[in-house]
Amino acid sequence: MMALLAQVTDAGDPLFEKGVKLFSTVMLIVLIKAVLAFVILLVAVLLMVWFERKVISDMQDRIGPNRAGPWGLLQTLADGTKLFFKETLFPERADKAVFRLAPYLSAVPAFLTFAVIPVGGVVHWFGHTWNLQLADPPIGVLFSLAISSIAVYGIMLAGWSSGSKYPLIGSVRATAQMVSYEAAMGLAVATVVLKSSSLRTGTIVAQQVGTAHIGRLSLGWISGWNIIALGFVPAIIFAIAGTAELNRPPFDLVEAESELVGGFHTEYASARFAFFYLAEFMNTITMSALIITLFLGGPLGPDTGIWGLGRLSPVWFLAKLLVLLFCYVWIRGTLPRFRYDQLMDLGWKKLIPAALFWLLVIATIRLGGSTGDKLLHFAVAIPVVAIGVWVLVTAMRRGRERTDAKNAAMAAKTLTTGRPGRF
Amino acid sequence: MTATLNTETDSTTQSAAGEMESKPQELHLRSETAAPELARERGAVLRGVSERDAALDLNDYDIELGDETMIINMGPQHPSTHGVLRVMMELRGEQVLRTKPVIGYLHTGMEKTAETLTFNQGGTNVTRMDYLSPFCNELTFSLAVEKLLAVEIPERATWIRMLMAELNRMASHLLFQATNGMDLGAVGMMIYGWREREELLTFFEKVTGLRMNHNYIRPGGVAVDLPDGWQQDVLDICDLVEPRLDQYDTLLTGQPIYRDRTMGVGVITAEEAIALSATGPILRGTGVAWDLRKDQPYLFYDQVEFDVIVGTQGDAFDRYAIRLNEIRESARIVRQIVDLMPPGDYRSQNKKITPPPRSRIDESMEALIHHFKLMTEGFRVPAGEVYVATESPRGELGCYLVSDGGAKPYRMHWRGPSFVNLQSMPTMMQGAMIADAIAVISSVDPVLGEVDR
Repeated sequence: MMALLAQVTDAGDPLFEKGVKLFSTVMLIVLIKAVLAFVILLVAVLLMVWFERKVISDMQDRIGPNRAGPWGLLQTLADGTKLFFKETLFPERADKAVFRLAPYLSAVPAFLTFAVIPVGGVVHWFGHTWNLQLADPPIGVLFSLAISSIAVYGIMLAGWSSGSKYPLIGSVRATAQMVSYEAAMGLAVATVVLKSSSLRTGTIVAQQVGTAHIGRLSLGWISGWNIIALGFVPAIIFAIAGTAELNRPPFDLVEAESELVGGFHTEYASARFAFFYLAEFMNTITMSALIITLFLGGPLGPDTGIWGLGRLSPVWFLAKLLVLLFCYVWIRGTLPRFRYDQLMDLGWKKLIPAALFWLLVIATIRLGGSTGDKLLHFAVAIPVVAIGVWVLVTAMRRGRERTDAKNAAMAAKTLTTGRPGRF
Repeated sequence: MTATLNTETDSTTQSAAGEMESKPQELHLRSETAAPELARERGAVLRGVSERDAALDLNDYDIELGDETMIINMGPQHPSTHGVLRVMMELRGEQVLRTKPVIGYLHTGMEKTAETLTFNQGGTNVTRMDYLSPFCNELTFSLAVEKLLAVEIPERATWIRMLMAELNRMASHLLFQATNGMDLGAVGMMIYGWREREELLTFFEKVTGLRMNHNYIRPGGVAVDLPDGWQQDVLDICDLVEPRLDQYDTLLTGQPIYRDRTMGVGVITAEEAIALSATGPILRGTGVAWDLRKDQPYLFYDQVEFDVIVGTQGDAFDRYAIRLNEIRESARIVRQIVDLMPPGDYRSQNKKITPPPRSRIDESMEALIHHFKLMTEGFRVPAGEVYVATESPRGELGCYLVSDGGAKPYRMHWRGPSFVNLQSMPTMMQGAMIADAIAVISSVDPVLGEVDR
């Protein structure tokens, strides 16, 4: 068991230890991994669309797709096929080259991010030892951030090149939204990197193995997760910023159906629209996978004892993924949409300061820990944390007071002669 | 050269003016719009009552915006303009500078059509105007005809009318909850609102045979008596809807994002609302407790207990909260009606306006002739003119009816609350953003069938 973990902590994929030759089993394995990742991701999107539609319709007292295939499982396939056979339309004023390019700029990065996600541990198959991960570059986290920034171009250029007003507004919103939330996201990721001292996703996962237990009940597999080890704040900030990055409700201002009709993809039809749709759902899956990798211990879990995967198992990865995806659907089914300025306020005035503050706290603690200077540790870390807690508590109290005052005012204002307002 | 330039300028101005002339309803460039029009589009009330108006300097509108603004067309095919409302807006980025509602896409000439239909047939026509509260249209029309006829309506008929009008108010406001939620991005509300309304429509179908456009309330009473067991049906609906409203409270009223989206958005003051003749939830949202059911009681509204819900801020949240609580009040009225409903006739026994019962037609030639005459010629209404107003879910619904003594109205005109409320939209959109514009349109809750008639 520990040997397995040690192997994960090792820099890089053990597959490449003996060098890489053209036309070797190693190359074949890499190729198979790439094709598998591609196919799995595509199938996952098909299932995700179905899952979202089914869960949403359950929440809304509807049946949802139930015509194509068992339980409507093939509905997405049918929709996709239909879209690919439809006529491609170009708006008269569109910038054709960019208009053609944009969907690919959106869809390709969606595939790429998944390459650095560890979906399982190390396996010994086909005479080689290798990671259940397409690639584990030393800059894995940076890579995912960079790729998600490129995806902004797809949306931005799509709106701009349509030569139409609603998409233009959508693309302006997209640019502002994604750029500002990327900052908060980056700061949240920085805390993880500080703790793991590595940008390699494999290492980040390996760092999250915990040892805590209550009596004989081992909690080892959960206590080391970054969501707990880093004090929840970065994980929450990352999840919120990630949702905004995905343009999912309540941050779906970019396509806001009731305001901008379709936002950036209003003018798109047929396969090009399908690419945007594909990218959106694929990004949802990748973002959930990224949250799992960074904060929820990746594929870490109790020993499954199957396929020699030990505590690192795709089963746990999949379970966590499903929980997160359900949460995304749940949020979509519940919350109203933010307004543009409120979105900016949340990003710049709340998330970024909070992320920055938490980064400082973690850095201080790390500094105290690494220098071994207990005095520095206590002299700096404790006041900083104390101030932080005080600010948080004061803010919460203020907020509560304001809400109470608001509620009181609201109750007073609903002058239903003698009948108290119900707010 | 100069001359050529001048001619060119002249011709462009002319063509612009020509365009303006040909499309007077639309929003035009600032340079092509007269100052009073510009002020109206900016939201001025122009009655000299509003502080906001007094502060407005017409010269301010000439600010050089260059090409920083964009005129955008919202509707008539747009997901959240509630049918075929078209709103033209001038935008600077996300900010709305000017607004102009453009209407007429659903104009079917109902007021003119009424002149070719007998008073008995009129109901089928008017019920299609505000298609979300058909009973209220029929009620207002019937009251107007009856006022001209000066006939007495049996008590039970009046109570039945009140019951249907209140249930209709619930259905209409439930639909508002649905569309309002969807417009603000809470897609789940769309289904929940429709789901509850469905229960009411099922009851309407049971009573009238139709889900919409019932022609149930007719001059002289109602078409048929309530079906057996209606009390239980109605109470079941109230028992079902009231807890669901508490769920709406959880989902929207207390939801921080929803509150941020609606509070302080689309504000209108009491003076402005009165100057713009706004009625219904828009006026009550500003704190004016104006409800025709209380202020000019018709039917038996003075015999039931209910509260007029008012707000204080005149914002979109107030209008939402008023409609939500009005559903509760309507349920309260409905419960009282169930207790108070007397036995008796469901239509007037005045043979002048009510055809003989089916059984009499088989045995009496006179009855058959009478029935035939009533159905083909209709009944004659004494000459005169009358204005009757009721409180529809959207505000004061008025019917102005002129009779020249014949069997068809000489002239019919309606004061549609949706139509009148629409003109307060530019005022409410002052300083709004695009997303607020949607919230405002939604909070006005216009029914375009009634606006365009």
